Amino acid sequence: MTTTLNRPAAPRTAAPKQKPTFRQRLNVLDVKASPYLYIAPFFLLFALVGLFPLGYTFFVSLFDWHLLKGQGEFVGMANFAEVLRDRFFWNSLFNTMSIFLLSTIPQLVVATAIAAVLDQHLRAKTFWRMSILLPYIVTPVAVAMIFANMFGEQYGLINNILASLGIDRIMWMNETLPSHIAIATMVNWRWTGYNALILLAAMQAVPRDIYESAAIDGAGPFRRFFSITLPSIRPTMIFVVITATIGGLQIFTEPKLYDPRSAGGTARQFQTTVLYLWEMAFQRQNFGQAATIAWLLFLIIILFGIVNWLITRRIATAGDIRKIRTRVTSRRVR
Amino acid sequence: MTVIENTKPESTRKFPLRKRIFGNGHRPGFLTYGLLFAFFLASAYPLWWSVVIGSRSNEALGQTWPPLLPGGNFWTNVGEVFDTIPFWLALGNSVLISGIITVSVVAFSTLAGYSFAKLRFRGRNGLMVAVIATMAIPTQLGIIPLFMMMRTLGWTGEIGAVVIPTLVTAFGVFFMRQYLVDVIPDELIESARMDGASMISTFWHVALPAARPAMAILGLFTFMTAWTDFLWPLLVLDAGNPTLQTALSQLQAARYVDYSIVLTGAVLATLPLLVLFALAGRQLISGIMQGAVKG
Repeated sequence: MTTTLNRPAAPRTAAPKQKPTFRQRLNVLDVKASPYLYIAPFFLLFALVGLFPLGYTFFVSLFDWHLLKGQGEFVGMANFAEVLRDRFFWNSLFNTMSIFLLSTIPQLVVATAIAAVLDQHLRAKTFWRMSILLPYIVTPVAVAMIFANMFGEQYGLINNILASLGIDRIMWMNETLPSHIAIATMVNWRWTGYNALILLAAMQAVPRDIYESAAIDGAGPFRRFFSITLPSIRPTMIFVVITATIGGLQIFTEPKLYDPRSAGGTARQFQTTVLYLWEMAFQRQNFGQAATIAWLLFLIIILFGIVNWLITRRIATAGDIRKIRTRVTSRRVR
Repeated sequence: MTVIENTKPESTRKFPLRKRIFGNGHRPGFLTYGLLFAFFLASAYPLWWSVVIGSRSNEALGQTWPPLLPGGNFWTNVGEVFDTIPFWLALGNSVLISGIITVSVVAFSTLAGYSFAKLRFRGRNGLMVAVIATMAIPTQLGIIPLFMMMRTLGWTGEIGAVVIPTLVTAFGVFFMRQYLVDVIPDELIESARMDGASMISTFWHVALPAARPAMAILGLFTFMTAWTDFLWPLLVLDAGNPTLQTALSQLQAARYVDYSIVLTGAVLATLPLLVLFALAGRQLISGIMQGAVKG
């Protein structure tokens, strides 16, 4: 049984703009808002626990501020003047730079050598790669303990060996340079293999035919290494140096645990800047000056970063593969 | 301007060229493996040394030539370690802290990285530049206000205080973005959208499966970094509720350091990561070679 209902005919002239349905509007909102929603957690959290504390550090540095008593008087730049006059601050900067250089330059040289050795047709490739990465999984705390023992002045393994060879015992703890070498050794031991793998990845990106044409042109292995490999991995090397800088200027664990009963040696002979910051904040309880030290170190690291970046832009292009390629091929064409 | 030079005469060397060419079936010789073995020894010996001393007593240190093999004192020393520090509590804390940080970093980095890699929105490039710029900022230097925040909240001594500063990292976002840009074809996202999937379900069903390998690598490195952190836990936790790293450092703080005990502790603390290394060493290596960086 059917009944036909007379419906009013639909208006012939369709509305020029149909109102979007609720669903469509929801969809538009979804498309527009989602990207922001996905990045929001990162930016909010980072602002809260990353950027805000750094900015607030500057605020604290303008006050007399005590660990327990809290905020004191506004002193303006007095903390900065004080810290810049502070012998120990400059001493800590010197130690940091010295340890940083001792733990970056040899590390880079050795890591490049290891990478070059690994960049061949090796048997048991994965085994060798894992073996040089082994130190990386030992935590800095354990590394500091193991090496503090090995570098022991009285019973240390290294001094024992030196003594048996008839060499005088070295004061690895009490003298400035030996203590820096000991701490740099900890850093080098843990990071060399890691950086070697990064450099190895860069070496493997160099096209093999370049090596072949160079070899045909009569370049020996060393010549090939210095003329092809090194220029090609230069950008990666700079990258490694930059990361080493950011990390190296903030070194804390190794010097702290090398002599756990002091803050960087009895005469501050290996007190690094972050270690001095720690002492200033939690032993001398002077938050105002500690914040000043943190802020100054922050500026130094940023400065290093900018200088690094400028140098990178200068010479990153110099190691361009294509240039070498054209040079090699043009020579062969001739 | 071309100068026509005389071409070099054919090389008249003893060895055929082929053999001398790098990477052309050329097998590395004895010297290469000798060098590799030397690197291997340098990497492994300090660890072996801590096993040797950790299984003996302090007397072993007095000998001119150190013993090469472990002694039988290991379990006694382990007992000493357990008496001195709350080892299991510290281990549990470290696992918990590193786990929370890893989950948080990986989740938020994947979300933000996907958005930067695959979605179009106003201000995308500017915000990405902001992420890259913050990668170089040493957030560790904000510890004094962070410490004050934790104290105001009354969280000092709690696990929560340790995880707060590293819940997100700029590097994680950057790393995930670099990976996802190439890995997910735009057509895949479009077809999912045509089928009527909402934005979040597109992320869930298209982006997440593709991002899995990178998530594993990022997770691995985040876990390692969190596990090895020392300065921050040292500040906000006390001796009664330590992480493995701060507990270890207490072993060394005694007036008379018994190094066999200290090194036993170092061995015990390294064991969990050795296990991780045995299971995921290949991923760790490929992660480094793909450009994972120190966090």
